[in-house]
Amino acid sequence: MGLKQNLHNLKEKYKGKKMAPAFNALHTFLYLPNETTHNGTHIKAADDLKRTMNTVIMALIPCLIFGMFNAGYQHYLALGEIEAANGFLGASFWTIDNLIIGAWTVLPLVAVSYGVGLAVEFLFAVIKGHEVEEGYLVTGMLVPLIVPVDIPLWMLSVAVIFGVVIGKEVFGGTGMNILNPALTIRAFLFFAYPTWMSGDKVWVHGAAERAGTPDAISGETILGSLAQNKEAGYEIMDMFYGIIPGSVGETSTLLILLGGLFLIFTKVGSWRIMLSSVVGAIVMGLIFNGVVEAGWITESSKFYGLMSTEFWQHLLIGGFAFGVVYMATDPVTASQTNKGKWIYGFLIGIISIMIRVFNPAYPEGVMLAILLMNVFAPTIDHYVIQGNVKRRMKRVKVKAA
Amino acid sequence: MGLLSKKDSKLIMDPLADNNPITIQVLGICSALAITAQLKPSIVMAISVMFVMGVGNVVISLMRNIIPSKIRIIVQLVVVATLVIIVDQVLKAFAYTLSKELSVFIGLIITNCIIMGRFEAFALGNGVWRSFLDGIGNALGYGVILIIVGFFRELLGSGTLFGFKVLGDPVEKTGLYAIGYENNGFMVLPPMALIVVGIIIWVQRSRNKDLIED
Repeated sequence: MGLKQNLHNLKEKYKGKKMAPAFNALHTFLYLPNETTHNGTHIKAADDLKRTMNTVIMALIPCLIFGMFNAGYQHYLALGEIEAANGFLGASFWTIDNLIIGAWTVLPLVAVSYGVGLAVEFLFAVIKGHEVEEGYLVTGMLVPLIVPVDIPLWMLSVAVIFGVVIGKEVFGGTGMNILNPALTIRAFLFFAYPTWMSGDKVWVHGAAERAGTPDAISGETILGSLAQNKEAGYEIMDMFYGIIPGSVGETSTLLILLGGLFLIFTKVGSWRIMLSSVVGAIVMGLIFNGVVEAGWITESSKFYGLMSTEFWQHLLIGGFAFGVVYMATDPVTASQTNKGKWIYGFLIGIISIMIRVFNPAYPEGVMLAILLMNVFAPTIDHYVIQGNVKRRMKRVKVKAA
Repeated sequence: MGLLSKKDSKLIMDPLADNNPITIQVLGICSALAITAQLKPSIVMAISVMFVMGVGNVVISLMRNIIPSKIRIIVQLVVVATLVIIVDQVLKAFAYTLSKELSVFIGLIITNCIIMGRFEAFALGNGVWRSFLDGIGNALGYGVILIIVGFFRELLGSGTLFGFKVLGDPVEKTGLYAIGYENNGFMVLPPMALIVVGIIIWVQRSRNKDLIED
């Protein structure tokens, strides 16, 4: 008797009991269920929720692995023990030392995120007597990728509990949530523990504990430097490859681009949202560049650093690319209608860059922009649908007349 | 309670739980969110509201037969405003820092829907003693929620209770802070008060299913 049969037997044994959802979840997660449909099927599609979630996770894996190498690389680079890697295949980047440090710091984040999150999901499933939903699989992978490497694990657990309970379960679980749970978790961390989520001490492993000592190392992100009107000091190509400090998995625009293409190819992510967000960001970036060129603000202005950043560089730095590809496209919280998706994405782009430039205290505008637009998504859909209804009514009337 | 008849004690006990002005009727939320970052202002606010409601209900109840119904809202407003000014002046005289902390929110007791609601719904149609009990009861219901929210927000947000550092000193790293605990800055912000009130509503309704409206 294999594990599968064992699980099936357990499931039968606990059928109708309190713990049933927990065994069911384990069973369906690991294997194909034993049950088949009894009546004739009319629609056949292989893309159930589990497969959709796994596709997104597959798209995230390269970012995670790159994030581990980058965590180690930034650590050793800041300590001055290795030379800068020139280019994506730089010799000092893909080393085993980097991977070890990276895995040592990043894997606990992944473990805590999944452990705590799934525990909350199981708990709610058992209490409420519904099945455990697959929704947390992607959230659990997103969370470690959007936090700084050195975030204390207990803070992450508190935030995960908050995000899953308040962001999702109170609204009725997966598919009912208004806000993207991963971003809810990040926003909670950002407002609850700002010293661990922003500033120049958290983005490189080891920077926080060395702060104030002679061995202090700087871990400023590009956005952080620009917000203080300082030079970023990174090559454009490094920004694109992602060999820069930042949250664990969001630095590499190259890999995010590949992941995005994969999501579009598998039709899991919406290309409308991704494209319109990028367009929105470019439009806003161009407006700001225009303001600088017209001479309306000078170098003495506190907005100068970010406003004078070339519009296309905004796409490379910060978490914009990651947010747009993996978070804005969340099918539950985004707009559902095609026209709505264009509006939703475009506004995300505009608002991200606007927050980024105008509020240096919140360098990561994309998080707030997506959360804000999550709230507005149903409204956008409502008006798109009402517009369609009105247009069709008119057509009917014309025909009748 | 021997002091009160069963009907009268219901006036006090109902607003404390199953007919709570904040968690069931969802009134008076504005001040509940604004001043509950710490425990002390929450308690002062609760006492102030209790005074205004108790006395106000009595006054309105005394005048209920002579108030022309067309101008009753204005009369109620004048009564509330008078009482609120008394509270405000007393606080300014005897607890100046606290009154600074509560700033406009003492003045805004005037607009607290709970007070106008009780005047309109109860004091205008009931005797003096019952109106007084109703006012006190509703103010207690309001105050209890304020104190619960204030307790959690001060404890988790600042690590203190009434200003005492119960969790240790965050600067010198004693107590819980020695092992890496940190205050939750989100707790101090008003959105978290809304979430805490929401959690209280959630807990209350899942304990008493009768309170869930469809």
